[in-house]
Amino acid sequence: MPILTVNKLTKSFGGLMAVTNVSMELEKGELVGLIGPNGAGKTTVFNLLTGIYPPTSGTVTLFRDDKEERLEGLKPHIICKKGIARTFQNIRLFRDLTVLDNVRIAMNKNVKYGLFSTFLRTKSYFSEEKEVLEKSMQLLEILKLAHKKDELAKNLPYGEQRHLEIVRALATDPCILLLDEPAAGMNPAETAQLTEMIAWMRENFDLTILLIEHDMSLVMKICERIYVLDYGMVIAEGTPSEIKSNKRVIEAYLGEEMGNA
Amino acid sequence: MGKNIQASSGNRKWISTAGKLLSLVLFFVVFQLLISFNVVNDYLFSTLVKIGINIILAVSLNLITGFTGQFSLGHAGFMSIGAYVCAIITLRYYSVWGFVCGLLAGAVCAAIVGILVGLPTLRLKGDYLAIATLGMAEIIKILFRNVLDKWTNGAAGLSGIPQFVSWPWLFVLTVGTVILVSNFINSSHGRSCISIREDEIAAESMGIGSTKYKVMAFVTGAFFAGIAGAMYSSYFFYIDPDLFGFQKSIDILVIVVLGGMGSISGSVIAAVVLELISMFLQAYPELKMVIYGALLVLIMLFRPQGIMGSRELSLSFLKKWTGRLGQKNGGAA
Repeated sequence: MPILTVNKLTKSFGGLMAVTNVSMELEKGELVGLIGPNGAGKTTVFNLLTGIYPPTSGTVTLFRDDKEERLEGLKPHIICKKGIARTFQNIRLFRDLTVLDNVRIAMNKNVKYGLFSTFLRTKSYFSEEKEVLEKSMQLLEILKLAHKKDELAKNLPYGEQRHLEIVRALATDPCILLLDEPAAGMNPAETAQLTEMIAWMRENFDLTILLIEHDMSLVMKICERIYVLDYGMVIAEGTPSEIKSNKRVIEAYLGEEMGNA
Repeated sequence: MGKNIQASSGNRKWISTAGKLLSLVLFFVVFQLLISFNVVNDYLFSTLVKIGINIILAVSLNLITGFTGQFSLGHAGFMSIGAYVCAIITLRYYSVWGFVCGLLAGAVCAAIVGILVGLPTLRLKGDYLAIATLGMAEIIKILFRNVLDKWTNGAAGLSGIPQFVSWPWLFVLTVGTVILVSNFINSSHGRSCISIREDEIAAESMGIGSTKYKVMAFVTGAFFAGIAGAMYSSYFFYIDPDLFGFQKSIDILVIVVLGGMGSISGSVIAAVVLELISMFLQAYPELKMVIYGALLVLIMLFRPQGIMGSRELSLSFLKKWTGRLGQKNGGAA
């Protein structure tokens, strides 16, 4: 059963075709990789899926709770509310806020109390704030950042900042998680740990994950299917072993060594 | 055991709230006595009123500029709406209820104009928004002077506005504004606003509709600026359009920047300090603005983040600070 279908998605910036006729399908619970050389349009695909850019043409359809919803052209905050969350390639945390506040902000979309309760601190303010705090702490505890809750996000070590971005995305309670180079800048040990964490998250949070990554050890290990992008077009799609032996992919991206391995 | 800890932390919260309430009441009573016994004379009281009004203006602008990160240069425009609406109503209905109606109507009108102005302009960023809000305030000024002169008496201004702002009014409105705005900041709505300042794209991607929260902050700020304007017209019993020009907006911005963008207590402290400085400089009229300007330059040079930065004054903060001072003194001895 598909949870997200992308049909002939195209984005042009003036005369430049950043993404051309990209079609993909994510099955519920799948872990899919999106790879390709620099400038192939991977992040642009993410930006189109999350509404940061409106697509020039093409459709994005989400199937959730037996409902079919078209997402192309919607604002990012609405797409997030529909259940797609993401992280950013160049970390975009709320740098001057605490770890806890970063997570709490991601939960704001579920808060129901209105302006009246806000100004006058009615009962619903206190009960909902308490709930948000408890849920955020739970999440931070599960993902082992609870001890840093009062630390400013910008003061975290690099690896933990990446970590916190994932926690923040999870806090929006998504059904699909888009990870943009989660292992960038991490050492092999950290990458291995992250690989485990991603697999674990998928099981425990009932997620479908699409991830962009250059670290092939991570991609080949946990992705069930891989899409390869080059010059804005999908040049191959298949299981890791199929991709490894695909001639076009080797030429465009992987190079001889990986192909032979 | 867990229950015990919860109970004691609940208790502590309760005690701290009660303590705050008590100190506010004490503050109110002490000043009331000082005024009753004429230790605080009319001149000092007018300074007090100016401080109160500036606190409201600065805190409300801080919500827009310091917390939500939307650079507005039109705050005096909202203030003038409150001032004129309240003045026109109290001139017709000379009673406390007239003043209450004028106060509320002024604030609501300012908020409505806030929506009308905010919806189209808040899609602009940074300096573009600043110019747009500046233009908005000028338009409001010209409207009061030239177009609505049937009600506003044009450039000559309105005079003889009934005076209702006494110490209880001043106290309740000022403290009330500070409490309400802090309540807003420390809520999910406030956090959404702050997240927009921090990173608008990330905030949007986390499900926060930035337009909604920008307008919300803008309108709330305009509402309280309207209240400040109403207080101004009711206390100083004379207003004309030029009182609410570009200069006034800049004055408010100076308080916000000096106190610290994103710090309510900073705005309060800066409003008090600046008004006191300007009161003491009253004795040297020819040098007043020179010294005032030089002081601003010095403060900005040595504390570019403002007096409080983006922190808030709290008991734990004070403890830390006095502790550090104690250590320094100890080290010196």
